[in-house]
Amino acid sequence: MSVLIFSIHWQVMVVLLPLAGAIACFLWPRRGVMLALVCALGTTLSVAGLSWLVVVEGAQRYTVGGWGAPLGIDLYVDGLSLLMLIVTSVVGVAISVYANGYFERSRARAFWPLWLFLWGALNALFLSADIFNLYITLELLGLAAVTLVALAKGAQPLSSAMRYLLVTLLGSLLFLLGVALLYHSSGSVDIAILAERLSASPVVWIALGLMVVGLLLKTALFPLHFWLPQAHASAPAPVSALLSALVVKASFYILIRLWLEIFPPNNFVLGQLLGLLGAAALLWGNLQALRQTRLKMLIAYSTVAQLGYLFLAFPLANIIGWTGALYMLLSHAIAKAAMFMAAGNILRFGGHDSIADLDRIVQRLPLTVTTFALAGVSIMGLPPSGGFVAKWLLLEAAIRSAQWWWGVVLVLGGLLSAVWIFKVVGYAFTPSPVPHEVRAVPASMEWSALALALTAIALGLFSSWPLALMMVGLPFGEGGGS
Amino acid sequence: MTFFLFFALVGIGLFTLGLYAVIVHPHLLRKILAVNVMGSGVFLLLVALAKRSDSVDPVPHAMVITGIVVAISATALAVILMLRVKGETGRVKLPETPQE
Repeated sequence: MSVLIFSIHWQVMVVLLPLAGAIACFLWPRRGVMLALVCALGTTLSVAGLSWLVVVEGAQRYTVGGWGAPLGIDLYVDGLSLLMLIVTSVVGVAISVYANGYFERSRARAFWPLWLFLWGALNALFLSADIFNLYITLELLGLAAVTLVALAKGAQPLSSAMRYLLVTLLGSLLFLLGVALLYHSSGSVDIAILAERLSASPVVWIALGLMVVGLLLKTALFPLHFWLPQAHASAPAPVSALLSALVVKASFYILIRLWLEIFPPNNFVLGQLLGLLGAAALLWGNLQALRQTRLKMLIAYSTVAQLGYLFLAFPLANIIGWTGALYMLLSHAIAKAAMFMAAGNILRFGGHDSIADLDRIVQRLPLTVTTFALAGVSIMGLPPSGGFVAKWLLLEAAIRSAQWWWGVVLVLGGLLSAVWIFKVVGYAFTPSPVPHEVRAVPASMEWSALALALTAIALGLFSSWPLALMMVGLPFGEGGGS
Repeated sequence: MTFFLFFALVGIGLFTLGLYAVIVHPHLLRKILAVNVMGSGVFLLLVALAKRSDSVDPVPHAMVITGIVVAISATALAVILMLRVKGETGRVKLPETPQE
């Protein structure tokens, strides 16, 4: 058995399976659901096999086709990328189950191939070992995501998809210009080689600056978040969950990877700037969320806010801070996916997502409101949830690096998100003046959302395992540890 | 050497020009074209910088070919979306975002 596990190249399977599945779903749309679910299962098993390999043997580098670094494609997996793969699988399986109930036949034909392409692009992105490959996977990801947004009917989703496409192309091109300049100054695109050869020259700083701006645009950090709320709110519910949980995190992953590996060490000012923007995003996003009248719009603004937390690790710049930000990324991905899925159930049930007209929904969709509340617990950062562990780590990092003011921002952000979560839950208990027609919600949609929300809570109870996994291959550098 | 530097500078000029146009022009087709001009600028820069010493480095050429494939797919998607936006709204512009 263990011979089998170590003889298969799981890195390749993780990328190849979803891509092959996407093409199969496209060719045989009648069998789309079955093919997609088999593929989701297969990809998840491959990620599990890869995890086993990495836990036993440490970080892995695989050269595709045996070509090697300068010309060929290398796949590299360490604790950081493995964790991203795992969270993608967890959210991916839940969304596959959910989408099976959500989409009617005609739209399902388009959804399954696109979703599997998106999954393949994400996995390839997390495994990429060179910056040009990162550019390619970013583009694949962007194109699949834009097309998924355009699946929703009507003028408004189409306009948001168009704006999203222009933004994502702009971000990729800025990144590509940075790649071109870095290649010129070092003669390589491999991250490990770049880390050795780069020195802090003006060209390198310009290149890194361009790449950071491009990635911030794609990650929607305040004030470059203008495209996100519309695009995330007007997409179909499973797509909103995918975008908020995974797609914006992919560009953040690249940023964190570049920052840790190839940035010159004297980047104090840039770190403080990113932290400040993160704090602004946290306050602005939560305040805007409070003002929204539609549930999906509110959740989308809360994504803007929660992305701010991730950037608080840059000014802190110690291992505890990085693990805190990464833990925030995990718990937000899972909780936010659950929340968007719950919003999708509410939208399906009442035909609208106006917060003031939730109309005693707690009695009629108890599972969905439970999902929303549990996901809310993690997003507020109450114990015992994943969000709590993440905020605790960030707080500890802030105190250790003697920058307590970031801790104040953390607590304030938590308080503001508590206000809008209790506002929604409050309306779920009150009757609305106008009764609405209701439609049944399939059980698979309610249970898959609840399973994700429970996972977000479990992340707080069993935090030692993911924290240990993050450290495989020392992605955050030597020393420290908690 | 200066000959290739000239092309590299033209590439950066094209990129800047495209960036300006994509921000300023409201018409969607102009925006899509501007993004393509930006892409061409980057490709020109890559090819110009490939001439580092006496021999020519093949890696940037491989990158440009890959980049062109990506640019074509992205443009195709953008044009289709633009047509659908026109079909739904009757206008080839993005609506102003209500700055709520």
